[in-house]
Amino acid sequence: MSEFRYIGRKRRTKEDPRFVSGRGRYVADVALPGMKHVALVASPHASARIVSIDAKPALAMPGVLAVVAGEEFCAATDSLAIGVDAPKVTRWALARGVVRYAGEWVAAVVADTRALAEDAAELVEVEYEPLPPVIEAEKALAPGAPLVHPAHGSNVLYRRKFIWGPVEEAFAKCAHRIAFRATWGRSATVPIETFGVAAQWDPGTGILDIWASIQMPKYPDQAARALRLPGNAVRVHYDVDVGGSYGVKRGIKHTVLVGYLARKLCVPVRFLEDRLENMRGGDMQGPDRFFDMQVAFDGDGVIHAMKIRAVDDVGAYAGRSPFQLGKPVSAICGPYAIPAIEYEPTSVMTNKTPQEAVRGFGQSPTNFAIERAIDRVARHLGMDRVELRRKNLIRRDRFPYTIPSGSTYDSGDYHAVLDKALAAAGYPALVAARDEARKAGRLAGIGVSTCLEPSGGNSAFEVLFNPKNETTTWMESCLVRIDLSGAITGVINNSSSGQGHESLVSTVLGEILERDPATIRVVRADSLTALPSNSPVGSRMAIMLGGAAVGAARQIRETLLAIAAHNFECSAEDLEYKDGNVSLKGAPEKKLTWDQLVEIAHRKFHKLPPRTEPGLQAKFVWEVPTGGGLPTPEGRIQIYPCYAFEAHIVYVEIDPDTGKPEIGKYVCGHDCGVMINPDIVHGMTFGGIAHGIGAALYEKFSYTEDGQLASGTFMDYLIPSAMEVPAMKIVDHCTPSPLTTFGQKGSGEAGYLGAPAAIANAVNDALEPLGTSIDALPMTHLAIWTAITRSRKGSEHSVVPAKAGTQKS
Amino acid sequence: MSEKLHPVTIEVNGVRREAQVPARLSLVDFLRDELRLTGTHVGCEHGICGACSVMLDGEPVRSCLMYTVQADGHKLTTVEGLVQADGSLSVLQDSFCETHGLQCGYCTSGMLIAAQALLNANPDPSEAQIREAIGGNLCRCTGYQQIVEAVRLAAERMK
Repeated sequence: MSEFRYIGRKRRTKEDPRFVSGRGRYVADVALPGMKHVALVASPHASARIVSIDAKPALAMPGVLAVVAGEEFCAATDSLAIGVDAPKVTRWALARGVVRYAGEWVAAVVADTRALAEDAAELVEVEYEPLPPVIEAEKALAPGAPLVHPAHGSNVLYRRKFIWGPVEEAFAKCAHRIAFRATWGRSATVPIETFGVAAQWDPGTGILDIWASIQMPKYPDQAARALRLPGNAVRVHYDVDVGGSYGVKRGIKHTVLVGYLARKLCVPVRFLEDRLENMRGGDMQGPDRFFDMQVAFDGDGVIHAMKIRAVDDVGAYAGRSPFQLGKPVSAICGPYAIPAIEYEPTSVMTNKTPQEAVRGFGQSPTNFAIERAIDRVARHLGMDRVELRRKNLIRRDRFPYTIPSGSTYDSGDYHAVLDKALAAAGYPALVAARDEARKAGRLAGIGVSTCLEPSGGNSAFEVLFNPKNETTTWMESCLVRIDLSGAITGVINNSSSGQGHESLVSTVLGEILERDPATIRVVRADSLTALPSNSPVGSRMAIMLGGAAVGAARQIRETLLAIAAHNFECSAEDLEYKDGNVSLKGAPEKKLTWDQLVEIAHRKFHKLPPRTEPGLQAKFVWEVPTGGGLPTPEGRIQIYPCYAFEAHIVYVEIDPDTGKPEIGKYVCGHDCGVMINPDIVHGMTFGGIAHGIGAALYEKFSYTEDGQLASGTFMDYLIPSAMEVPAMKIVDHCTPSPLTTFGQKGSGEAGYLGAPAAIANAVNDALEPLGTSIDALPMTHLAIWTAITRSRKGSEHSVVPAKAGTQKS
Repeated sequence: MSEKLHPVTIEVNGVRREAQVPARLSLVDFLRDELRLTGTHVGCEHGICGACSVMLDGEPVRSCLMYTVQADGHKLTTVEGLVQADGSLSVLQDSFCETHGLQCGYCTSGMLIAAQALLNANPDPSEAQIREAIGGNLCRCTGYQQIVEAVRLAAERMK
């Protein structure tokens, strides 16, 4: 790390001071003069025909400006874009004719205040004719199932069977095979800030201004298209702080609705979801997936092939969600040297809330299924789980390593990271502690997971899953300006939701220009002044925004060297750049300082080299390294450039009387290459683990049989607090990426990608003496208690409470 | 608006505030919309997440679960009131910056209120006591670790 001046060192972030003093500026803090407010009328049925809507009593209320329903809205705007090729699966913010899930928006009321809008929304009379809903994926796949979108002709949104390598041969030859189903429950990131958007239409300029709590690629473009406006008529303000997102803040339907209302009424309009709207009608639930797993392996534990059938329930509409089955193609064999894979992703529609992107974009569920498979193989063979992993992990001398599905892993040292994590966890002592606990009759288990975090946010699963989509670039940009005073400003082109992009860019610019990052300001363009960006998704900003900032800063450096060379009448190779000053090699007194160079650039055209633009600024637009390719006919493609690795070790004890698991120790070995700001990387990793604890043990969007969301509040959708999340230890390792400037990889989704798998493995290790196992998340207290209770029937085995170990149960 | 209004007098961050408010106006809406003290955030509006925490006569409360009229005659402290008289950050706020005890910043105001109330009552809390004190404040970014570190650091620095 010592080769860097600022990178990798402890630095306070640029962003934290404004947040701790209550000076963040979130969308709810944007107050536009004369602003009106929206409340929604939501469907109480999971599936129904809308017979009639009577808005007259609502419109008669003082302070109510408008009530808009689907007939008007859908005629005036276009359907939202969807990722896969399914043109009949149309989607608008307001339902037209039918509703397809409970909570779907049927009408929008605009009034002087939110309270009045809610009062009026209660007066909107909607008559429904209920239809039979289909709530479970397997039932939706069955012949004769009710169709969520009859015009589409099927509830299957996307299905393809990929075969990469000699899968059947391996299954025929191998001495051992296992098959099981792993189920990932429907949860999401559920940020503490709900989604919100404010819009203002200026008929004079013909510009629709938008402020939103957004984290979404191509957001301005999609909003403009749906509103039938040219792209340059929509101006998204990126200087809005986003109160958490982790993937889900893609309120495109909210935006088109509010944009339409603001334009129609010629007044500023704002909509802020309340918590139920966020969890039910906000379309921000995550993957809801089961995996039928088959593994073929030798008696010595070497895995030769895997078959994965993944069925994902995306809810009632498509959006971008089917692609969450696509990202895992980029790491479909995990960190293991498995030469043959069959993968059958199936995306199914049901009458539930639509799915949105969640941290890791489908990779964490897949990692969970693979890691359950690894543990089951070990259990089948009676082998140690760590040894089995060591045997199958890709060895460090095999990088760059191309996996069967066509992506090449850039670098890694998986064995070293696993060993470090085991050492930090005190693994032998931990095993001894578990065995002691078991001897005392307690339920204790150790969980291990070794997982990948594909990073760099290429979107090549789009071309893989949709041949009509030829998006092969996923660029990111940065503009760097040096003003006449010599101060540096970096301009970025997206909003942030806690990832520390201002700290990232200032650190990178400081490193290249050799100027103190504390003096560097980072600001955000709006979408009409912005350079191309694809927003902070897919763990990409350290790589892509960092790379773009490097490119721009290097141009500034080269310009400064060229100016000095011109004035010293020498070649740039004879010069030395240090701290922003340029001097002649071997003659340090022959020097032009930063201030002098900046002044020449801004004021002294006569001292500038020929063909040099006056002023001092540079832009750089970077394409994703390794990006640009199209898939082969077998569906092989390079998707992500960089692969971070994590090894989790967890110790759990379970209270047999309540099924409550308690995490006694948590260690995560993590290798994301060179860290630009270790506090930020560690923070996101801790947060990812906490989120993974939620997905593994607590969080679920549960539905009743008739399709009502049964967990629409924080009293039944359980987010882990500081009491459920233990103290954690992260052990860093650094295998630089050869594809990035400083060797960095992405880490925005770290922790979450391996935590659910490790916790599931720990719970199952604890249950192993009872001869039972659980392969469905979340492993709620009830689910664990049920497994314990069932296993006790017919067995004499008894266990005692986890903590005290004194009371026989 | 034809709703009946009620007079209230509330001391907010040391400043006496008088207003006429409808009975159903929640305290957090009053702080944010009427006083423009937008540092206090709305998370769940049903008293679980703690993002809207403020101190009422020194005790942390959920401003989403209180009506403004209930705060009549009381003293409130919001996150804006934690900064020192000269505008600089408090020891606790500065400690959050030092350990990076936040990311998106949305839960931070409530965390600071909960942690400051703890430190006011117990200047040397253990890790378990810190976790207990912030146990009613949800954070989705940090996994709480760097928040706990921040509170411990603040306690050390205030010794």
